[in-house]
Amino acid sequence: MKQLWVFIKKESKHIFRDSRTLGVLFLMPLAQILIFGYVISTEIKDARIGVYNKANDYTSHQVTERLISSGYFKVVAYFSNKAEMETSLRRGNIQMAVVFPGDFGNLMQSSDGAPLQLVADASEANTAQMLVNYAQGIVNRYGWEKTGDIDQTTLPIQIDVRMFYNPSLKGVFMSVPGIMAMILILVSAMMTSISITREKEFGSMEVLLISPLKPWQIIVGKVAPYVLLSFVNAATILLVGILIFEVPMNGSWLLLGFINLIYILLSLSLGIFISTVANSQMVAMFISLFALMLPTILLSGFIYPIENMPDPLQWLSLLMPPRWYIQSVKDVMFKGAGFFVVWKELLIMISFLSAFMILSVKNFKIRLE
Amino acid sequence: MRKAESSMDVIKVDKLVKKFGDFTANDHLSFQVKKGEIFGFLGANGAGKTTAIKILCGLSAPTEGRVEVAGFDVEHQTEKVKKSIGYMSQKFSLYEDLTVFENIRLFGAIYGLSAGLIRERSERMLKNLGLYEQRNRLIGNLSLGWKQKLAFSVAILHRPQIVFLDEPTSGVDPVTRRQFWELIYQAAAEGITVFITTHYLDEAEYCDRVTIMADGKIEALETPRKLKKQFDCETMNEVFLKLTRPH
Repeated sequence: MKQLWVFIKKESKHIFRDSRTLGVLFLMPLAQILIFGYVISTEIKDARIGVYNKANDYTSHQVTERLISSGYFKVVAYFSNKAEMETSLRRGNIQMAVVFPGDFGNLMQSSDGAPLQLVADASEANTAQMLVNYAQGIVNRYGWEKTGDIDQTTLPIQIDVRMFYNPSLKGVFMSVPGIMAMILILVSAMMTSISITREKEFGSMEVLLISPLKPWQIIVGKVAPYVLLSFVNAATILLVGILIFEVPMNGSWLLLGFINLIYILLSLSLGIFISTVANSQMVAMFISLFALMLPTILLSGFIYPIENMPDPLQWLSLLMPPRWYIQSVKDVMFKGAGFFVVWKELLIMISFLSAFMILSVKNFKIRLE
Repeated sequence: MRKAESSMDVIKVDKLVKKFGDFTANDHLSFQVKKGEIFGFLGANGAGKTTAIKILCGLSAPTEGRVEVAGFDVEHQTEKVKKSIGYMSQKFSLYEDLTVFENIRLFGAIYGLSAGLIRERSERMLKNLGLYEQRNRLIGNLSLGWKQKLAFSVAILHRPQIVFLDEPTSGVDPVTRRQFWELIYQAAAEGITVFITTHYLDEAEYCDRVTIMADGKIEALETPRKLKKQFDCETMNEVFLKLTRPH
């Protein structure tokens, strides 16, 4: 036990003396969540719009009022002619303009409905699309209310299906569990596989194997500091998510901690497995990046909804450990689910963990020959 | 040069065979090494030296034959063998991002020495090496020569019966090599058996006995003096070339 302890201390010194790597390890999660939270946010808030109102009647004012009170839009300019509107758009002062035709209120009572023009700055294609969709939704709802059309048939405007998967329009909610899945697998698997292969590359692994240390002591010693580090990382992401982005936490902290522990151990076992396959730090890094990072981002439901994938990819995503982690974290955090809701995900993760451990031990022994 | 003090054999190798598929890396090796002896293990690259050392250290199991190190069977009593030996290779000399003393403490503890014993022995060892003032410096800041001398001292800190040195002097200057060999003599004088591989044939002259391997077989095993006489050569270099050059 004393041997194991000095070995863990030695490994921690390696980590803490490599200040650059340490910086990356601690700053990466922060940077990631801020980037995903702010930049890739699909949330729209206070988008700058302008209004060119040729009707200037009660109905058009009400529609404008609806757009503003939704919280998504902020009217920064009112135009009296087309040229003003175009200049403002070109300069980027506004992201979208709403153009009411003359006699808007009366036209709405007619069977053809009232034409309403939305002019968006499409140089930001995604944002433009989103703004237009939001505005359409708000205007339609107003129209239905006013005409009393409960079946919603008279204004055949379709709202883009992509909104379905993010109905609350909060992007950060969706990405916090995903970012945690990615960071933890990156730190745990990549860093352990690199630190084990480093010893192989330098030849110190040979010295350790010849010493009275048992192989399991070497592995536990190398991995233990990263368990702690990964926990700190998970906590950082969670805190930033909850405090800055107001991600809800409705479930049990204990259960969330347990899910994280299992996932961290799973990632570490993956790292150990990679290190038994790779002989150099470079190879270990590339395997971690391409075999772990990309599938985590693409196939786990982190960015692309699993329900939207073609069937073969959906089946493939069943084999992605992060998928089960993300699902269980979402259940616990957002829905306040207890153990009896997420036991299936936990069981799947534990099975992955055991499988990788068995494979690693087998491979480790073969390598000694 | 020097005579081994005791006739007790600490390494007994009997008809050792190691095969990798069809390839025979070690072909019926048999030899004994006496306690306190400096045993040189020579051979061209690929002659099977590394394979043999790995088996002696318990890293790899022999295909056939019996190997005893420090009185224990390497195949079945590996843990006991590991506690009785020390090992140092040219490739690795201690962790660069740990200090001199931290390295000593790490390996001392791995070999089960108490903290008090580590402090006591390391102090004596560092003063002997002239490194005591530098004990809190990172290994990365030391020259290769110092690293190798320190690595050797660390490898024998737990007073093993046998220390295996795999090309320990590769890449160090002649003065440092000389100093390194003085350390080896000191260790041998304390009764530690030294099993060394080297590519420097002048170093072979410093050994009590030398084996020369070629193609997985032992071609010669004698004292350097007898070998030179037997093959009618001036230096070990010539002996080596005679034995390992393709016929």
